[in-house]
Parts: sequence; structure tokens; C-alpha cells
Amino acid sequence: MSGKITGISGPVVTTDMQGLKLNEKVSVGCGKLTGEAIRIEKAQAVIQVYEDTRGVGLHEPVTATGMPLHVRLGPGMLSEMYDGLQRPLERLLAEQGPFLIAGKEVDVLDYSRTWKHVPLKSEGDTLLQGEFFGYVEEGSFRHYLAYPTSSQSSRGDGKRPSKRRIASIKEGAFTLGEPLGTLDDGTEFFAWHDWPVRIPKPFKKKATSNEPLITGQRSIDLMFPIARGGTAVMPGGFGTGKTVLEQSIAKYADVDIVIYVGCGERGNEMADLIEEFRVLSDPWASKPLMERTVLVVNTSNMPVAAREASIYTAVTIAEYYRDMGFHVLLLADSLSRWAEAMREISASLEEMPGEEGYPTYLSSRLAGFFERAGVVETISGRNGSLTMILSVSPAGADFTEPVTQACLRATGASLILDTSLAYSRHYPAINWNQSYSLYTTELSEYFKEKVAEQWPALQVRCREILQKEESLKEVIEIIGVSGLQDDDRLLITIAEKIRTELLSQNAFSDDAFSPPEKTFSIMERIIRFYDMAESRLKNGEPLEDVLKEGGTAV
Amino acid sequence: MRLSEHSYRTVTSLAGPILFLENVRNAKIGEVVNVKTGEGRNIEGEVLSIDRGKVLIEVYGESQGLDLGHTSVVFTDSVKKIPLSRDIVGRSFNGSFEPIDGLPMYIPDRYEAITGVPINPASRSGPEEFISTGLSVIDGLNTLVKGQKLPVFSASGLPSREVVAFILKHATTLAAEKNFMVIFAALGLSFHDYSFYMETLQQMASGYTAFITMADDPVMERLLAPRYALTVAEYLAFEHDMDVLVIMTDMTNYCDALREIATARKELPGRRGYPGYMYSDLASLYERAGRVNGKSGSVTMLPVLTMPEDDITHPIPDLTGYITEGQIVLSRELHQKSIFPPVDALPCLSRLMNSGIGKGKTREDHRIVANLLYKYYAKGRKLRKLEAIIGREGLSSDDRVMLDFADGFEKHFIHQGEKPRDIFQTLDEGRNILAQFSLDLP
Ligand SMILES: Nc1ncnc2c1ncn2[C@@H]1O[C@H](COP(=O)(O)OP(=O)(O)OP(=O)(O)O)[C@@H](O)[C@H]1O
Ligand SMILES: [Mg+2]
Repeated sequence: MSGKITGISGPVVTTDMQGLKLNEKVSVGCGKLTGEAIRIEKAQAVIQVYEDTRGVGLHEPVTATGMPLHVRLGPGMLSEMYDGLQRPLERLLAEQGPFLIAGKEVDVLDYSRTWKHVPLKSEGDTLLQGEFFGYVEEGSFRHYLAYPTSSQSSRGDGKRPSKRRIASIKEGAFTLGEPLGTLDDGTEFFAWHDWPVRIPKPFKKKATSNEPLITGQRSIDLMFPIARGGTAVMPGGFGTGKTVLEQSIAKYADVDIVIYVGCGERGNEMADLIEEFRVLSDPWASKPLMERTVLVVNTSNMPVAAREASIYTAVTIAEYYRDMGFHVLLLADSLSRWAEAMREISASLEEMPGEEGYPTYLSSRLAGFFERAGVVETISGRNGSLTMILSVSPAGADFTEPVTQACLRATGASLILDTSLAYSRHYPAINWNQSYSLYTTELSEYFKEKVAEQWPALQVRCREILQKEESLKEVIEIIGVSGLQDDDRLLITIAEKIRTELLSQNAFSDDAFSPPEKTFSIMERIIRFYDMAESRLKNGEPLEDVLKEGGTAV
Repeated sequence: MRLSEHSYRTVTSLAGPILFLENVRNAKIGEVVNVKTGEGRNIEGEVLSIDRGKVLIEVYGESQGLDLGHTSVVFTDSVKKIPLSRDIVGRSFNGSFEPIDGLPMYIPDRYEAITGVPINPASRSGPEEFISTGLSVIDGLNTLVKGQKLPVFSASGLPSREVVAFILKHATTLAAEKNFMVIFAALGLSFHDYSFYMETLQQMASGYTAFITMADDPVMERLLAPRYALTVAEYLAFEHDMDVLVIMTDMTNYCDALREIATARKELPGRRGYPGYMYSDLASLYERAGRVNGKSGSVTMLPVLTMPEDDITHPIPDLTGYITEGQIVLSRELHQKSIFPPVDALPCLSRLMNSGIGKGKTREDHRIVANLLYKYYAKGRKLRKLEAIIGREGLSSDDRVMLDFADGFEKHFIHQGEKPRDIFQTLDEGRNILAQFSLDLP
């Protein structure tokens, strides 16, 4: 099937081609740019082009591929860096040099690499869709290979997918180009399969989790904990520390697999991240960090439409690992750039704009994306989780703008990054008054049992101290700290300790990673000191003496 | 390749730099066209969008005098390219890429499209080599490194011009390799500023190339000049191993030009009338800064912008801040105190500083001196507010030391007048001030 280009505007191309399907992948122009059909009308189809359309001309050919925009899932993705369309950037570099040239097709997976297949099934066994037939060892991971489900039935409800018998299955060394076996109807199956990015991978059912995802950041784990399978956003103006926080979490989070999306942000940051991840090791499993990481990178100067796709590419890869029973963490920096990409495309389509020019489907798209997080029982009967922690970059650091608002409505935890905290070099600049986590209560049992009985109680006290400090602030502004009563001065001193010793964490020091035990012991030390100091004050000792052992007066 | 030259006289509408053409048989996005006016004037333009035979063209030059009847448009089948050669060093051009220094055009080595191609993120190497600007508040506290993009946020009435001139004159790398040079892109200059900058360029220690567009030049040229500058910068950095510092001023004029053209195209305006794609557009410039694995050159960027109404949340500084790797913010208050450069150290940040300082790069004590200066200055500034309410007497003696430190820091560290300081002088000055107030030293 093919047609011709009839119009071009920014990343959007119209064609006279008939018979396209919605979301079908197409090849556009003489340069064979990748595109996706996003609107189909009687006489024409509208295509979103994922590469720079400069130089594309009228009447150039458009060809259908018969497939929806998809990712290829299989062994070898770990430690890769892909662009928004899952093109491996390292291999592109080797093939075309340091600059990205449009229209280049490169294999997503490495077909020259040899793997060792260990079958879990044998000839004559039945094979259900979504069931594992074998595995390969990928680094320290057991990478399970599933017979793919059909993407038509995206819900894992009652309708059992069809059942097949294995006619032959291969064992031992193979490369990805070879089939690993055949079914009784003659179809071959491989170690990889394709999956349309815009369709969530199916699962049996969703579950709730009372287990936290430990991030190693005290102000998160202690004050605003995130549940496995949960969603968290961190909105903050420029320079408030979103990227540093995302990257710190990528390094230290207690998860199996990390998918990191650099969405419309800086190239230098990605260079930095790769350099670091190559040398650092996973604090939970002592192996190189890169081995548990997949990067999806579409920097701000790469094509805008591919930025839109990058989030879907990443979440589909994340679901793939979730289905093997892994705990997966999806980090994206920044979701706002994704929303802006949608806005640019929507403008080229001349759609009726909603608030601030964003398309009216902004919040439903965002909500649909967040829904792909969760703890699930997989089709193969395992338990996996997909947690999302996403940065948001509000225009003018104004949190009332539509993207921030849509995110706040749809996610479970919100870590508000504060410009004034960042200016005073308090990092991470998480505002302790405005941030919240809806998971706090359900996770407190876990911390009580696994870390310390006192965890929730002391956490509440820290909060109270910070709140009291806040209410004293106005008074201080009028009379100065020295005008306060001694007990209030003590409280201010303790609050400062909580802020600087407990909540602050320098990402470039040894303190960058704080396991829960360390977090607890810092908190306990501060509160114990407070209790001691308070009782000595009551006994009439002067504040200066009381503070001598454990900190100076403010 | 098209075999025959396509020429049309089917202009159906004209508005500012925007022109609609009908019944076009063949056109490409970004294709350069030559628009011929009735009097025979020739203006370049570019294809922006195509809808069947209807083509929207943006004219680079002065569109005044165009009419429907006599205008003809010739399609060239090529995107906008500029000639490149090493001989461009030392030369000055206008917004049409014509020499304005009285010398003839050089013989090009080759032509390159001005939009550039994104650097593959996998091929970037981390910025980590120090560039000295001669200004303590930048070198000491907000260090610029090769491959970084670090903007200056100014406001109307503040001496951003003098700050730029200072950096133009004194910027250098530590080793002062002869491969260091500056590319200067001036966007929408008044004649007054023009004479000022031309004089500065003559006094520069390093090599330079200048692209100058004047306030009364066509707006489109403000969008082109930065792209010329960056295309030349990439060429010199990645083909001729040079360390290129690109200074662009004033990016507020650039953004206003972008808005003007978006309005002429009847696009839906975003925040404060600026187009929704301004982030991506600015990123397509700023992300061209960087270093590439296996090449020794670098492109570093120092854009200057004016914050409208002194408002840092205005879309121009806001989107810039979201793309660049830090910011240098000028302050009206310091300017009123006659401090030069009037840089407000608190909202400033260089995100790549960490990787560019310390032993073997600048000096071992750099980090700690910078941290202490910042910490005490921030404290002093906070206390100034309190002092205004409760008076100096109400403060403790420790607090009074902080207040005096803040004053001393502004007068002696930030302020330096005309005299450049190298990084060692800067750090020594910092240590002196700390010592003067008996504050703990490394
Ligand atoms: N936890 C931290 N420890 C130490 N420094 C930090 C920390 N977080 C942030 N910073 C400092 O703040 C700077 C800006 O942080 P970052 O780049 O993460 O901001 P951002 O919110 O991602 O900004 P943008 O929206 O512009 O991308 C860093 O370069 C670093 O100097
Ligand atoms: Mg960031």
C-alpha cells in the first residue's frame, strides 16, 4: 500500500493514501522517515512523523508497514541507550558518527550476539499466550522468554488466549535471528516479540502493595514514602533539583530494573549519567548499575514527535520486565516536555486547544499513562511491579498550570520542589509543608516491622516540629530568634537540625544514599536530643548549656 | 533533484514576512526560495508548510514593497546553507551573511545547513574543562566549563553590555591555547550598541567572528544569525579542534522575533503570546553546545537576555533556564550600589561547575572556598531583611559579622570594576575576605 504526500506542517504530514489503520506505522518520503497514522479521513490520512521533516517534499511516497508503532522486546535491552523510537544510540554512533541523521534504520536488538536458551517446556507441551517457554541469562538476570499474547486482547480478564502445542523447541546457543521452536500449527516462536507501544501489556489482575519502594532519599522514604506500584511526581521550577533527584533515585532505589527516560531534556545530563552508571554499582546487588538500567533518550533538540513516543516506548519496555516478575522503576525527566510535545503536535493538527494550548485530551492521556503503573499478578502467575517517579517542569514554576494540575490529580505522591529551598542550597529541595504521599499510612506497618518500631511515631514528631517552626516563623520575622522563649528557641534549633541533618542530602557526597536504618538513626538521635534538652530546660538549666552537647543555638 | 527551475507568480496573500503561494507543483519543507519583487529586488525565503498546492513562505529579508501582481517566487530545491572555511576567523557579517568588514568573501571549504543536526547523546563527552571569564563571581562561584551553555539574565537599564564586553575581552582557557576563539552574534542591535561592540571586538585578545543584525534589519535575520553562529562554531570546533565560545545577545530580541512571526502566521499564542514551540526552538539552539567524544574542540554558549519587567518567571528567562545549565543573574540593587559586575550571587548557578573545578583543573581549595562564600553571603543577605525590621542593635554579634561580611563580599569579591582576575586571584580574594572576618578557612 502506498500513497503520496499532499501536505506538510511541522511534524505532521498528510497523505492521499487509502486503507491505513489508526496508529499504523508508515514510512514517509524519500528519506523513509518513521511516522504513525494518527487521523484517518475518507480522502486523506494524517501522519505524525518522528523525525525532522526538513527537506521532505510534496508528492514524495508514503508506504504503509502493516504494523502499529511498536517496540521489539527481547534479550539485550539492559544497559542499552535508545532514542524515543527504540533506536540504539550507541550503534547509531558506530554507524553514522556523532550526529543523528534522520531516516536511518538500525536493528533494535543485537542479532550477532549469542545467547544460551534453557527451555522450560518440551515438545508436546501446551503453550499458552503469555506463558514462559524458557529463559536466557542476561547479566545477573534470568530473562524469561514468553510466547507473546495477542495485543488485541489487552485485558487479562476471563477470555483465555488460545492454547497451542509445542512441535519443537531448541536448547542451547542461538542468536536472535533464529526461531527457538515451532508450534503445532507451524508458527515459529522467537526469543523476542513486538508489541504496540500504545497498548498496555496484559496481566491477570492488579494488586495493592503495602511495601515501599526504598529510594535511599531520606525526605522521601521517611516523609513521603512511595509504594511499589505507585506513582509519584516531582514538580519544580528550573534548577530545583529534579534531574539530580531522578538520577539519585535511579542509582539507589531498591528495584530490579530501572527504565530512565530523558524526555526533552539536556544531552550533557545523559552523557553524565552514562559515565557515572558505568562505574557505580547497584547498592542492593553489587553489580554495575548499567546492568539493571535501560535508557530512553530524546533530548530537547531531537524531533518533538519522537519525544511524544518516548514515554510509551519506555513504559512498554518497563511492562515487559514487570511481566517476568521483576520490580521495575520507570523514571522520566520530564513529563512536561512530553505534554508539550503533545501540544506541538496538536497545534500542527489544528485541533481545538484546551487550557494554555494543551489538547483537551491532556489529562486523560496522562491518567492513562499513570494507569500502567501498579503491582500485578502477571499472565504467567508471577508478581511484578511497575512504579513511576516522574518530574514535572511547570512554566514559570507556577503549579497551577495544566500539566502539574493533571499530574497532582492522578498520582499518589507529590514531591513539591521549592525554588527558595534550592536558592538556599537545601537539597533535595522537597517542600515538607506542601508535599504529600497518599501511601504514608499503608506503608507505616512495613517500616515498623522491618526497620524500627518507632519509625511512624518519630516521623510524626518530626512533622510536628516542622509545623510548629512554620507557625513561629512569623513571630521571628518581627522580633528575631533571640526574642523567643527558651522552649521555642530550642524547638527552632531542633527544626533546623531536622532540616539540615535529616532532610537535606547532598547528592555528590557519601550521604547520597541513605538506607532506612541510617535514616532512622539520624532521626532518633535528633529526637532523643530534643527530649533530653527539653527536660533539662524544664529543670531550669539555661538554654545555652543545654545546647552545648549537640548543637549550637540559633 | 528537480530538473527544471520552478518559478511562480501565484502569490495570494502577504502579511509581514509571511507569503502564501498557490498552485505550486513541487516544494519541500525548509526549501529556500528566491522572491523577486516588482522592482527586481531579490529576497530569500523559506518554505514553512505545504498544503496541497498551497505553500506558506517566510521571507528572510525586507518584505516591504512586495505586492500580489508582480512578485515571483523561484524554488531552489535546497535548504538554507552557509559557506564555511577556517578563514572566517577574524571576520564580521550581517544577518544576510554578507561581510561588513570591507573585505571580500572567502573561498568556501564547503557548505552546511544552518539548522544543524542533533548530537547523538551517546557521543557527547562530559564538559569538565574550565573557561576563565576574568570575573570572580563567575569563575569563582559559578564556573563556566567547555561545552556548557550558561546564560546571563539581565534587565533593562542594567549593564549587560559591559559585562559581555568584559567577557569578550578577557575570556580564555586556563592553558590559553591558541585554539580558543569567540563567536559573537548580536541580535537586533541599536547603532549605539553596535559602535560599542565593534570597538570591543577590536580590543579582543582571542580570535573572533561576528554576526551583527541591527534593530532596523528584518526580524527574520534575528532568527538566522544565531544559527549562522552555531553552524560556524560546530565547524570550527569539530573540524578544526577549536574551543569556541558563542556569545549571543540579546536573546529577548530573538524570542520577540519568534513571537512576531508566529503571530503573522496566525498561530495560536501560548504564554504571553509566545508560541508553544518556543522551548523546542530555543533548545534547537542551546543544545548545539557541547563536546563530542574523540574530538578535542568544544562549543560553549553564553547567551544574554533581558528579563521583561525584571521577572524571572517570564517565558523567556523561564524556558531558557529550563534548557541551559545554570544562569548568571544581574541585580538592579547591586548596580545601584555601583558594583560591577552587578551579579546577584544567590539565584546564580552553574550546574556543571563541580566537574570543572578542583585540583588539576582550577585549584584544590576552589569548592570549599566557593561553598563558604556562598553560605555566609546567603546568611548575611537573610539578616539584612531582619535588620531592616529590628535594627542592627537587635542582632547578635555573630549576626552582625555576617552582615558586614555580606557588604565586604559585594564590595571586594563581586565588585572588580575594569580589572580582570585570574582564577588564582579570585580564590585568593575569596580567602582574604573570609580571613578578614575571621571565618573558618580550609
Ligand atoms: N541533592 C542535591 N545535592 C547537591 N546539589 C544538588 C542536589 N540537587 C540539586 N543540586 C544542585 O542543583 C543543580 C540543579 O539541579 P537539577 O539539574 O537537578 O535541576 P532541575 O530541576 O532538573 O532543573 P531543570 O528543570 O532546568 O532541568 C545541580 O546542578 C546541583 O548543583
Ligand atoms: Mg532537569
